[in-house]
Amino acid sequence: METLSAARAQMEVSLAFHMVFAALGIGMPLLMTLAEALWLRTGRAHYRDLARKWAKATALTFAIGAVSGTALSFELGLLWPRFMAFAGGMIGPAFALEGYAFFLEAIFLGLYLYGWERLSPRAHLAAGAAVAASGVLSGILVVAANAWMQEPAGFRMVGGKAVEVSALAPFLSPAWEQMALHSTLSCYIATSFAAAGVYALGMLRGRRDAYHRAGLALTLAVGTAAALAQPLSGHLSAQHVARNQPAKLAAAEAHFHTRRGAPVLVGGIPDAAAGTVRGALRIPRLLSFLATNDFDGEVKGLDAAPRALWPNVAVTHLAFDVMVGSAFAMIGLGLWFWLLRWRRREPGRWLLRALVAGSPLGIVALEAGWIVTEVGRQPWIVRGVMLTSEGVTPVAGVAATFFGFSVLYLALGIALALLLRRLATGAPPSPDAAPRPAEAAHAG
Amino acid sequence: MLADLAAGLTLAALIAYAVLAGADFGGGIWDAFARGPRRDAQRDEIAHAMGPVWEANHVWLIFVVVLLFTCFPTAYAALSEGLFIPFHLVLLGIILRGAAFVFRAYSPQSVRRPGRPGRGARRWGAVFGAASVITPVLLGMCVGAVSAGGLRVAGGRVVVTGTAPWLRPLPLATGGFALAVCAYLAAVYLANETAGELREDFRRRALAAGTAVVAMSALMLPLLYVQAPHLWHGLLSVRAAPVLAVGVAAALLSGWALRERKPRLARAATVAQTACLLAGWGIAQHPYIIYPDVTIQGAAAHAATLRFVLWSTPFGMALLLPSLWWLFRVFKTPEIGSHGEPRSR
Ligand code: HDD
Ligand code: HEM
Ligand code: HEM
Repeated sequence: METLSAARAQMEVSLAFHMVFAALGIGMPLLMTLAEALWLRTGRAHYRDLARKWAKATALTFAIGAVSGTALSFELGLLWPRFMAFAGGMIGPAFALEGYAFFLEAIFLGLYLYGWERLSPRAHLAAGAAVAASGVLSGILVVAANAWMQEPAGFRMVGGKAVEVSALAPFLSPAWEQMALHSTLSCYIATSFAAAGVYALGMLRGRRDAYHRAGLALTLAVGTAAALAQPLSGHLSAQHVARNQPAKLAAAEAHFHTRRGAPVLVGGIPDAAAGTVRGALRIPRLLSFLATNDFDGEVKGLDAAPRALWPNVAVTHLAFDVMVGSAFAMIGLGLWFWLLRWRRREPGRWLLRALVAGSPLGIVALEAGWIVTEVGRQPWIVRGVMLTSEGVTPVAGVAATFFGFSVLYLALGIALALLLRRLATGAPPSPDAAPRPAEAAHAG
Repeated sequence: MLADLAAGLTLAALIAYAVLAGADFGGGIWDAFARGPRRDAQRDEIAHAMGPVWEANHVWLIFVVVLLFTCFPTAYAALSEGLFIPFHLVLLGIILRGAAFVFRAYSPQSVRRPGRPGRGARRWGAVFGAASVITPVLLGMCVGAVSAGGLRVAGGRVVVTGTAPWLRPLPLATGGFALAVCAYLAAVYLANETAGELREDFRRRALAAGTAVVAMSALMLPLLYVQAPHLWHGLLSVRAAPVLAVGVAAALLSGWALRERKPRLARAATVAQTACLLAGWGIAQHPYIIYPDVTIQGAAAHAATLRFVLWSTPFGMALLLPSLWWLFRVFKTPEIGSHGEPRSR
């Protein structure tokens, strides 16, 4: 395996792994804080039980998010030292501020998890809200670094060197706002639908108690609201990308030839060499409308960029369709649930089964969306400024570290899934059962 | 001047990491070496002490890394190339340590002997202990490699000659020293947070680790003199020597306080000792980040970036320090000596 492919693969595996926990780290604190707030307002014990259960799940996933995130901050240098030598100072301010957000998140999470009996109810709730807020903040800040790689700003290149560097470079990237919005929503969607599946499964197994019903309703309230907003936010992203990164949009849509009245292609297998797409469903003129607000607007195709600067079209297009398809599937699931509830009907077995089957969709969409963004940026590591191949490490042996880290993450993922399953299927904690020391020692 | 301030900030973050997270690694070391009739109680006490704070303590490392790549990007690139293998091993240790710590806490208990850890918990416990022993050694080796002079950089690229720079005698000794310091810090803190026989257990462990710290320093002195004369002279220079002298005095004080059973004084002195030793090393190392090829000035990022980092620090700290204070006040003051009985939660 050559170094560049190995480094890319290791970065992909590490980011894809981290991203699951980052999403949960942003979504779970919101859910647990909402549940606790509802408990304080209504005094209904099942809300407290939900908050406690979600707090335990957060404790587990946060630790994995923290260590895999640490790995990423080292890997930026280990795999892409030339990139970091060039860009470290420019994306650094985003990470420097993010450091404070991480700190606050870790501190308030410690207070929240271990402070159930030591803090007053209000202080405890406030600690939870602080975790949720700093989680969102850290996500938004790290996305600024990524946005800068998509659309670099805040410096000028003179003779191969960056000059007139602004300290606010990552925040000047025009891609930042829409990416921050879209990716924050995606974290809520991914977490809510994943958690909803747990309660749907419990109800399928006959546990239709207040605890399970509240769990399902609360997660789907957050999940459906965010899922409904997501196509709007995605539309903003797409319009922005069409204007500023036309090659990426063209790859995502498998749109080879610049033209007016361009169609949206759903599915199909793009053939980059021939510039054709086989077997796609065509929706005439929709792409022009979505990208330019005009059914006859011109949309740049891949032919507007030199062949050497095309991203991998097949991967980008497939990932884009997976993201958008999952979005509409989740919207369907959410609306189905709320329609039944509005008619005061209990969720039926088919809905519950569909919710179980659909619970990974949010995470799938999130990973697919990042593939659109990151693979669609290729071959650039900093678009228009530095090629990925220029950023890679000269050190030999990346194939070995890629292999080792993949095995490590796989093992950790399996172990965590087993522990989470035990946590999820355990009966709701009864208020007077004594906590077992091992758990008490960790999560109060 | 700006670059020196940024380097000082990075050193301060490194000191905070050593003093706080070093003790969490030390906790893992004593978990691995838990012995005697109170073995499970020792482990419970360690987990209880680390639980609420280790993640916050760990963020100091992220701070160090972020400061390095933001303020000294080319130095970070050179470190990442030159220490590719040990950094990966450090990551392995960090990932396994953190994951195993929470996984153990959530693993089921023994079915046959309630109250005792089950098989899964014991396995994760073993991983936790092993990773806690290995990681500080590797981190110490990296610090040693940076100042020993073996890591050469030319034209922004690392030049490899002979033995890997982190596997030479001085870095190896630094690794052992870091291990001893972590064990010492943890035992002293734990002696503060426990009572009765457990406190005696940890006090005895602190005395043993303190002896190991002295032994490792004695080993390092000739190595420094022979292999790294630049650092030896730096350490004895008028800038560094006073700081180191305070560190040595604090070390003696902490040993005395332990013998006299004054745990609070021992804790304060141990913190001062560790901080002074690292600060002294940093001062001796000045103006180099990687001796002898990468200097603070030479690797510094653009002035605007440095100014941003420095100016954002007081604001960030104004949010951070009160929150940290709250965390430690809630979890580190009361409830001493309530182990044994079930905790009130
Ligand atoms: C739950 C997850 C999820 C869902 C349901 C959607 N997305 Fe998405 N999408 C993401 C999760 C995501 C993401 C992982 O969060 C990305 C990667 C980078 C970013 O900012 O968000 C992303 C990127 C992304 C981009 C590229 C932006 C860029 O590179 O700057 C576009 C054009 C869209 N999305 C469009 C859509 C549309 C039109 C959707 C629905 C109809 C949609 N997304 C649903
Ligand atoms: C858009 C992508 C990313 C998002 C949204 C994100 C978000 C988060 C969040 C919310 C956490 C808190 C831990 C948790 O809740 O599990 C976290 C942890 C972390 N992330 Fe990421 N992250 C992203 C990518 C990265 C990248 C590329 C890096 C590397 C430079 C990184 C570095 C870290 C670090 C060091 C931590 C540990 C901090 C702690 O202890 O809390 N993240 N990330
Ligand atoms: C968190 C979600 C993210 C995911 C899932 C993700 C995914 C990916 C993927 C798939 C690649 C490889 C592209 C290819 O070569 O085909 C990549 C590369 C990379 N990403 Fe991201 N990315 C994410 C966020 C970020 C963020 C926040 C940063 C911030 C700095 C970042 C920095 C990089 C770097 C340095 C590379 C290596 C160069 C490259 O291959 O483009 N990524 N990422």
